[in-house]
Amino acid sequence: MTVQNAPFCQIPQKVKGSIIRIFATPMEKFNIIVLAKQVPDTRQVGKDAMNADGTINRAALPAVFNPEDLNALEQALAIKDRFPGSTVTMLTMGPERAKEIVMEGVYRGADGGYLLTDRLFAGADTLATSYALSTAIRKIGKFDIIIGGRQAIDGDTAQVGPQVAEKLGLNQITYVEEILDMDSKSVTVKRVITGGVETVKAPLPCLLTVNGSAAPCRPRNARLLMGRKNYDVPAWTVADVNADPAKCGLSGSPTKVKKIENIVFQAKESKRYGADEKEIAALIEELATNHIIG
Amino acid sequence: MNNYKDTPELSARMHSPLMERIVELKENFYAEAGKYDYAPKDLADAMDNFDRVLELTGSVCDEVIAPNAESVDREGSHCSGGRVQYSQGTAQNLKVMHQAGLSGFGLPRQYGGLNMPVTVFSAVCEMISRADASFQNVWGLQSCADTINEFGSPEQKEKYLKMASNGATMSMDLTEPDAGSDLQSVMLKATEDVENGCWRLNGVKRFITNGDSDIHLVLARSEEGTTDGRGLSLFIYDKRNGGVNVRRIEDKMGIHGSPTCELVFNNARAELCGDRRLGLIKYVMALMNGARLGIATQSVGIQDAAWREAVAYAAERRQFGRNIDTFPAVYQMLAVMKAKIEASRSLLYETSRYVDIYKSLDAISKTRTLTPEERQESKRYSRLADALTPISKGMTSEFANQNAYDCIQIHGGSGFMRDYACERLYRDARITSIYEGTTQLQVVAALRYVTSGVYSQYVKDMLATLPDSESKTAISAMVEKLDAMTAHVLDQKDTEVNDFCGRRLMESAAYCVMSTLLLRDSIETPDLFDKSLKVFLDYSRSQVEGHYSVVMSWTPESMEYYK
Repeated sequence: MTVQNAPFCQIPQKVKGSIIRIFATPMEKFNIIVLAKQVPDTRQVGKDAMNADGTINRAALPAVFNPEDLNALEQALAIKDRFPGSTVTMLTMGPERAKEIVMEGVYRGADGGYLLTDRLFAGADTLATSYALSTAIRKIGKFDIIIGGRQAIDGDTAQVGPQVAEKLGLNQITYVEEILDMDSKSVTVKRVITGGVETVKAPLPCLLTVNGSAAPCRPRNARLLMGRKNYDVPAWTVADVNADPAKCGLSGSPTKVKKIENIVFQAKESKRYGADEKEIAALIEELATNHIIG
Repeated sequence: MNNYKDTPELSARMHSPLMERIVELKENFYAEAGKYDYAPKDLADAMDNFDRVLELTGSVCDEVIAPNAESVDREGSHCSGGRVQYSQGTAQNLKVMHQAGLSGFGLPRQYGGLNMPVTVFSAVCEMISRADASFQNVWGLQSCADTINEFGSPEQKEKYLKMASNGATMSMDLTEPDAGSDLQSVMLKATEDVENGCWRLNGVKRFITNGDSDIHLVLARSEEGTTDGRGLSLFIYDKRNGGVNVRRIEDKMGIHGSPTCELVFNNARAELCGDRRLGLIKYVMALMNGARLGIATQSVGIQDAAWREAVAYAAERRQFGRNIDTFPAVYQMLAVMKAKIEASRSLLYETSRYVDIYKSLDAISKTRTLTPEERQESKRYSRLADALTPISKGMTSEFANQNAYDCIQIHGGSGFMRDYACERLYRDARITSIYEGTTQLQVVAALRYVTSGVYSQYVKDMLATLPDSESKTAISAMVEKLDAMTAHVLDQKDTEVNDFCGRRLMESAAYCVMSTLLLRDSIETPDLFDKSLKVFLDYSRSQVEGHYSVVMSWTPESMEYYK
């Protein structure tokens, strides 16, 4: 994935050596929206993790906060720490129990959040999901920055964040590892690229997707666990966010899964090369042809 | 996995019938509901809060503290330029525990604390110790703030309690090269600096756990020319003022994550806490009781960790074509380990509950006059807590050593290698029966309650409330033996005989008390505790009968063989 909004990006002059973090005077306040998803914990795959038809058996896997969305939440909370008075609003889509994601955010320091839930939202691919989220964000209205995880561990598409930005006409920076600086007009981040990092500055408002290599999220907080346990997560339907039902859920999803296959690598697919110069040259050529090296 | 969720035996201990009284007192009849969003409005609300905080701690233990334990043990703490650097893992543990909002755990909300009862604090300490016993020292010492809360001035409370709730670390600086068990010999000199309105501390402290902390409580000699405990006062030292340097840290056998420091006080600015001359005889005594309960929690955590390691290994290790946990020699050891844990928990949490009741009543007595019934209640529970604390500390720490030993035994040769956690547990356990008063000193503290019949009466009173059963009969028989041993020893009218038989008497009393409390817990939750009760009764009977047969045949002349 490349920087989508390259024309708007500025690379700061001083990127060599250690980065001196000069934050804006903490007079600014930002409204931050965090996109998060409840996912089956695919890190705990057991024998019954898949259904016979190749889909995920969600009942067999615990539902968890998508890991990279936690990295995103931490970036949002760090902005709130740095700029007191800023707000962090969680936004998620899913069944009723996905309210847990909003509560998890609240217990870590988010101010509140919304759950998009409606049978009409069900079965959404990334296009329908990003449409639904963008309608909810429009309804929330006031925001300076939207932060989400790079991708969810169930679909691994990394498409929802960028699509939300496109639908809202926002600048976006993907693969963010750290927010270095913010002021009322712009945000400067460090993003991960192959073989290194780059520093990117973008005007606000914008959308960031955060990489798993970013700072881990802080734990839930005891005072918030007790003090905010009665927070009632507002649930929004298709009608609440003025969405077009045709663009939501299954009917709004052009993606059709044709087949899911279980690939098992076998030793017979391997190639053997000898130790002489000719064989080594052939090995290198093969690796170069497959773009594994070079 | 979560250290709380996987231990129903622990959550069962949080749901004692006494909790209703504990919570209403600790919450001063829910006076703060509505004033703070995290103050409970009733018992159910409070119990739900405890559950949430314990579950949170369990996840921090499981996700952060336990995974760090091995590297913390290997890396240890460092000392350079007079300052201590925690191992990376310990530093991370502290950061995460503070982010989780678990600082100021028992302190009043007005100082930013969570106002949690001692009973819940004990459960948190147990879980932390199971994950990494050394971290319990660093984190658990925040309870030193309770002493400032109890005896400090309003200004000191405002300053130091808020610091503690904000994650400041603490230490209690008592021991000196020539004053270990005998704290009356403390020589660190405190001189009043009238001009600057403070005190100045000069001298050396040794074996100070977490000695480079942010806030120190220091026992020092304020009365020139005195040589006993009545010349000692308690001081608060704020690290930011400077004047105390760490000369070295000890190279220890275990609990490597907990830095043990030698401190040099060089005209260090300090504040007097409470009244002069009461340092040892009042404040440190109160501090030590809390610290002893803390070691009991640490001991139970280690016992539990050792048992789990042993169970897991025995279930996987195959010899002679069978998993070794199918051999009587092995499953018997595992059952005894588990029984010791449950008997320890029954005692630890009952003691914690008594501490909660009298301390909460103490706190209320500062805002209004207690009713005669409340005064009576406070006195009763304070006395019981004083009686149960030395046996809690003494027995649980010995059991921690025994479980750690058995854990290695079950691992066989592999347990002697550093590849398994059991060798760390073995080293970490060893200090529990030494610091905050050796087992031998716990015997001294417990002996007066044995000879005055407090334990015996306590057990009889409780048994009278429980339905008849074989277990109850077995305990009654043990108490009869305890009474007979006590009478026999007292008949000798020789204090040396008392001391000589002290360990056997204290242990016998402790087995009676622990069996009774476990019986009661087992009646409340049989699924969890019935087996452990039966196993512990077998173990207790063999111990008490052994002590009985020796003590009853003893005469003062018997001691001569030992000299």
